Amino acid sequence: MGGPEVERLISLLAKLPGMGPRSARRAALRLLTEPETRMLPLAQALAEAARAVKPCGVCGNLDSLDPCAICADPHRDRTVICVVEGVGELWALERAQVHRGLYHVLGGTLSALGGVGPDDLNVAPLIARIEAGGVEEAILALGATVDGATTAHWLTDRLRPLGVRITRLAQGVPMGGALDILDDGTLATALRARRPV
Amino acid sequence: MRGGRGPARSAAATPRGLANPCRRHYVQGMDWQAPAVVLDARPFGEGDALAAVMTAEHGLHRGLARGGASRSGAAVWQAGNLLQVRWVARLSDQLGSFSGEMIHPGAAHAMDDALALAMLSAACAVAEGVLPEREPHPRAFEALVGLIANIPRGADMLTDLVRWEALLLADLGYGLDLEQCAVTGERAGLAFVSPRTGRAVTAAASGLWKDRLLPLPGFMVGANTAGPADWRDGLRLTGHFLARDAFGHLHRGLPQARLMLYDRVAAMAQDAESAAERPAAVPGEE
Repeated sequence: MGGPEVERLISLLAKLPGMGPRSARRAALRLLTEPETRMLPLAQALAEAARAVKPCGVCGNLDSLDPCAICADPHRDRTVICVVEGVGELWALERAQVHRGLYHVLGGTLSALGGVGPDDLNVAPLIARIEAGGVEEAILALGATVDGATTAHWLTDRLRPLGVRITRLAQGVPMGGALDILDDGTLATALRARRPV
Repeated sequence: MRGGRGPARSAAATPRGLANPCRRHYVQGMDWQAPAVVLDARPFGEGDALAAVMTAEHGLHRGLARGGASRSGAAVWQAGNLLQVRWVARLSDQLGSFSGEMIHPGAAHAMDDALALAMLSAACAVAEGVLPEREPHPRAFEALVGLIANIPRGADMLTDLVRWEALLLADLGYGLDLEQCAVTGERAGLAFVSPRTGRAVTAAASGLWKDRLLPLPGFMVGANTAGPADWRDGLRLTGHFLARDAFGHLHRGLPQARLMLYDRVAAMAQDAESAAERPAAVPGEE
């Protein structure tokens, strides 16, 4: 279509999340038609990010600083650590601006069928952070899936002897969610987690 | 409809409730509908999932659940959920695709309780690991549905889980012989099982071999009550034969979910035994 360079560009773009061959072709065409304003700045940004961004040695967040900007922020509440499955979940909580404490990225969840065991998760540094003192609460912000819940229960067993308060995110009716369109599982969980008003 | 595309939209095609789940199915060529327990669903691509389900008539069956890992479909395609599933393919040997609608959200009901979730995960992992594909095991399916429906009742369901594993072993051709003592022929007082033959023996007949035998919990031979030590022994018993015969012949070990369940129940038994050994507190004394 446009030579091997163009084909390679399209095939690499098509492997990105949210992209398929069709959208990759559209993106490649836009980049190729505006190389000075789109393609070269993008290439430069990609190269700089690949060189500079690394996992934070404390929490596992991706940042060009180590410790990351969140871990280094003196205004953060250092008594609360929010445990998340991945960096995507950390970014979601930061976007919401609802958590002012620190984070810890597990790097996945236990999965018996997927072959992910305790040794594959970033748990030992979390225990070391709590054992170092100063942490009063660990929030388990893991997904409401079988694997997420299994990981939360397993982590609870490991963290409870450390004397830290362990909490987890509530499950139930989402903002703007009408009851008649909710799935049965969410309704059951919401009803169990009801609270007095 | 949740959990994928498909025509199962009418009230008649999507019954709800757990009564007689095995009677609601139709089969027409490479297009069938049946109640099914989700045993596993792994993300495939961005929004789809490769699912393994168990049905009464089709046994363990795999397929592509369109939207099974998407924001709306992931809640449906969780291991332990009972769904009304439709499988469609052009040829019988194709993977085919699933669509499904919830009948009973077993995963959501078990998620809050660590032991219930461990039981659910272990049962699904064992079934997914040992059942041959597309071979019906209706007794094992019906027992699994009953188990999942009652798992939120808590530790008492460990009795049913161990019995279900023994039933699964029998269905696969590795049944235990717990009818009479292999040495004396007695039917009462059975206390151990030979780890080699799977046959029961009485305590009196076990003799010097007692330490090499597997303890047989009373609930496996008719007793109505069971405690943590019985559940631990039961899991050890069925786990031994699952590992040696069912998984061993596939050159695989017990699934991690099953090992984690055993560890949890063994810890429960140890706590119960420690509590029993402690002297009772005298009122008024600390």
